[in-house]
Amino acid sequence: MPPLVTPEIGLIFWQLVIFGLVLLLLAKFAWRPILASLKEREDSIESALRMADQAKLEMQQLKAGNEKLLTEARQERDKIMQEASQMANQLIEQAKNKANEEGDRMIAHAREAIQNEKNAALAEVKNTAAQLSIDIAERILRRELADSSSQQQLVDSYLKDVKLN
Amino acid sequence: MKRLLIALFCILSLPVFAQAPTPTIEEATDSEAFSPGEMILHHIGDAHEWHFATLGDEKEHGLHFTIPLPIIAFQPGKGLNVFSSSQLAEGKTYSGLKLEHEHLVAEDGSKVYDFSITKNVASLILTAALLLGIFFTVAGSYKKNQGGAPKGVQSFFEPIIIFIRDEVGKKAIGPKYERYMPYLLTVFFFIWFSNLLGLVPGAANLTGNIAVTLTLAVLTLLITLFSSNKNYWAHIFATPGVPKALLPIMIPVELIGVVVKPFSLMVRLFANITAGHIVILSFISLIFIFQSVMISPVTLAFGLFINMLELLVAILQAYIFTLLTAMYIGGAVEEHHHDADLQIGGDNSAAPAHGH
Repeated sequence: MPPLVTPEIGLIFWQLVIFGLVLLLLAKFAWRPILASLKEREDSIESALRMADQAKLEMQQLKAGNEKLLTEARQERDKIMQEASQMANQLIEQAKNKANEEGDRMIAHAREAIQNEKNAALAEVKNTAAQLSIDIAERILRRELADSSSQQQLVDSYLKDVKLN
Repeated sequence: MKRLLIALFCILSLPVFAQAPTPTIEEATDSEAFSPGEMILHHIGDAHEWHFATLGDEKEHGLHFTIPLPIIAFQPGKGLNVFSSSQLAEGKTYSGLKLEHEHLVAEDGSKVYDFSITKNVASLILTAALLLGIFFTVAGSYKKNQGGAPKGVQSFFEPIIIFIRDEVGKKAIGPKYERYMPYLLTVFFFIWFSNLLGLVPGAANLTGNIAVTLTLAVLTLLITLFSSNKNYWAHIFATPGVPKALLPIMIPVELIGVVVKPFSLMVRLFANITAGHIVILSFISLIFIFQSVMISPVTLAFGLFINMLELLVAILQAYIFTLLTAMYIGGAVEEHHHDADLQIGGDNSAAPAHGH
């Protein structure tokens, strides 16, 4: 065999020993830590990305929730405003009605009072007039009846009246 | 402008030149003929010393730039023998041992097991140190910088590690990939770094050595066999969809396939890297074959081009080796699907098993 393709025992031995040593040393002190930290870094990057995605999703959810809350609040506000205005209108209406009623009632009252006063006044006027008439009549009578013929006349007239009745 | 270009060429071709050894220049100028084949084989082969360059005449008083490496020889009966390779320089003999074409032999012809720290072993140690240094630093920055963004060296290697994990490990092996990641990552970076170091001028041809690729392929085979489940063996001994009468043919074919897969891994890496080196060295040899400076622009242009290509091949071969290893492991740990499996043929039975 030509020397070029004849493996020499010495080199095989050294190659086996030195390569084996390098393999063991590198495996223990280089490849294992390197691969472990590569994996760790990849894992941490992946988990960070996943967490970022999750945070984004949560953010979106939160935003959507806020939006919903806001719309709800707006709706609530509108409703309250509407109710309030409605209530105010109602109140005003009620007050108006009440005022009208009161007014009517007062007017009626006043009218009644006026009527009463009027009646009383009329009665008084009537009484006074009657009193006056009586007084006048009394004075007239007193003067008239001073003589007895006139008295007789009067009694006759009364008797006439009674007869008529 | 022209001078600038020439200067640029010189700088860019430095790695190419540095791989061309001075001794061969000396040999070429000597009366003996220059043999490119011998020179190339010498350069892609292993050596017991790390030679960078020689200035001046090699045989007389040349200046050698070499690092002597330790020789570790084991002789049955004599025991271990450790000494410097400078004792064996230039054909010298030391305690009954000498070098014959970079082969350690005993003078008395007895058996010698050569466990020397050769140029390739030294390069292997360098690669190992580089791997440990870089990835301990990277792991340190992960610890220091926990959970943070990657910084510095860490940010250069992180995409590559993730690529190997996601595109190779997860896709080829499936849910059980985690157990095999250390092996896949180590194999990938080991081959890549060795390939790149092999391109440095004066460096060794580590991944272009069959002993290295053989060891890696055997490791892959062992991991595949030890992690195989019963489906894997059922596929081999009772291939679904194959008539019983054909099984005597199919079983040997499938069994051969088990061995052929790592064998192809071994040959692919070895041949790719060695071929790249041979091509670069061949272009350099052109200068000495033609004995002319006129050819050097061609050498520079093509040498540079091939060198760039080799940078690509360096990572590509590392990737292919890792991917195929992952596929073989994936085939062994795969849970069986109950669909019509019309798989025929042995040598790639595990690899396309992911297609369905």
